[in-house]
Amino acid sequence: MDFGILVQICIGSIFINNFILSRYLGFCPFFGVSKKLSNAFGMGMAVIFVMALAATFTWIFNNYALKPQHLEYLQTIVFILVIAALVQLVEMVMLKFTPALYEALGIYLPLITTNCAILGAALINAGQNPYSGKDYTFVEALVNGVSSGLGFTLALLLMAGIRERLDLADIPRPLKGLPIAFISAGLMAIAFLGFSGLSFTK
Amino acid sequence: MEPLVVPIAFLGGIGFIFGLGLAAASKKLGSAVDPRVEKILGVLPGANCGACGYAGCSGFAKAVAAGTADAGGCVPGGAKAAHDIADILGISAAAKEPMMAVVHCKGGKKEAKERAIYEGIADCHAAVLTGNASKTCADGCLGLGTCVRACPFDALEINENGVAVVNADTCTGCGKCVAACPRKIIELIPRVHKIFIACNNHDRGGRVKQYCTVGCTACTLCVKATPSGAIAMENNIPRLDYARKENFITAAYKCPQKCFVDLVKARPKANIDTTCNGCGECVAVCPVDAIRGEKDQRHIIDKEKCIGCGVCLDTCPLHAIALWGGLAYAHQDDRTRRVRR
Repeated sequence: MDFGILVQICIGSIFINNFILSRYLGFCPFFGVSKKLSNAFGMGMAVIFVMALAATFTWIFNNYALKPQHLEYLQTIVFILVIAALVQLVEMVMLKFTPALYEALGIYLPLITTNCAILGAALINAGQNPYSGKDYTFVEALVNGVSSGLGFTLALLLMAGIRERLDLADIPRPLKGLPIAFISAGLMAIAFLGFSGLSFTK
Repeated sequence: MEPLVVPIAFLGGIGFIFGLGLAAASKKLGSAVDPRVEKILGVLPGANCGACGYAGCSGFAKAVAAGTADAGGCVPGGAKAAHDIADILGISAAAKEPMMAVVHCKGGKKEAKERAIYEGIADCHAAVLTGNASKTCADGCLGLGTCVRACPFDALEINENGVAVVNADTCTGCGKCVAACPRKIIELIPRVHKIFIACNNHDRGGRVKQYCTVGCTACTLCVKATPSGAIAMENNIPRLDYARKENFITAAYKCPQKCFVDLVKARPKANIDTTCNGCGECVAVCPVDAIRGEKDQRHIIDKEKCIGCGVCLDTCPLHAIALWGGLAYAHQDDRTRRVRR
């Protein structure tokens, strides 16, 4: 296994292809849960957790069930099913065995079961790895899932920090609330565009 | 036909297996969630205001179902929620007395002087940290709306005069604004009382007059106008004891600075019926000298002067005095005016 490729995947999905700021996936929680830093942190942790789980299980499903049957065209619908069932199950297990963790992440889990960012991570894992030119291996898929979640959390936390300050700023009335948040998100996306200059190929 | 069978069977198969798996898991793992919690959650207002002392409505619902919280603990839900919860649990509940928030200040731009111009962050806490805000009065409302933002029910607003006012109709008495105000000038009072003092200045009278035209000068006239002793001076400001049997109408009327706010615009006036024998007891107690009449003749009440305090009712040995007319609320009048405009 090439360790360099894992690093590339990591940097790639946190900064270059950030889920929110360059792929434009998962905007719903990005604007919904970015009003307070503490909530944003909880949401981010939940997303990392679910993305890692989803990446793992959808990869297994894709490689051992869909591909042998040549049913790749069912990926989207099967992944939704797998992720939803998985999150439900995890929620139940959490509630039973680690109520403290459930209290911390529980309210966010149903929100992101069928979130497009989670599905996006699963579908990207089903495609080709741009850094190796081959299909994602299991470890690569897992790393991609976790680092996509990290990228999401990074964007969410930055946004929450900005919005906490925006709350106290003197903003023209028509722009108060969501409009200024959209503008800030646009500016953040432009800033993150700078990372697209990063290249690993020689 | 052939290419359809495999995907349909495949999808249907995993759907079936997942469904079965989840059903089995919920049977095995699903810790018994008390169905009453869901029901209680249904009758609560769902504002997650935290007035009950629990983290949101679900926390309160759990505590009530477990028996650790009082069924009447939801302040915004009031008597109805308490009653519904009691029905669900099969117990009887005493609802908490309905409360509402009042702002102990009415010295806005017109009345109260500013000693500086504040251009910082539009937030009361920030203003207090910046040299204790720009108002000369150290206890006045800053009008920057920290309480308005804290209110989960949109019951507060900063009026044109730059002072926070509570809408008595929508206020649920949750107390969020009380905690939010850095100057501690918002207080919860029992809803049945419509009179409160709109000042919290602890300065001496002469100094107050220099910077606020509606500030309390600690003249103690309200204390003297309340023989029941429900008003006591405390650090140069009268404290109204709402636990006592007292309506504070006379005190509000006597205040020379007009510090008191009466949410009732028109009260029922006293009326003496024909059984009056003219003993004159009521004339002696009337605080506004509204009762006239010859000795041993039927007395009459000047409706213009009567403030409806009801002191004469208890004094009359023949029970010949009654209050006539209904209540008209000042804030209801405000509301209709607002709609018309």
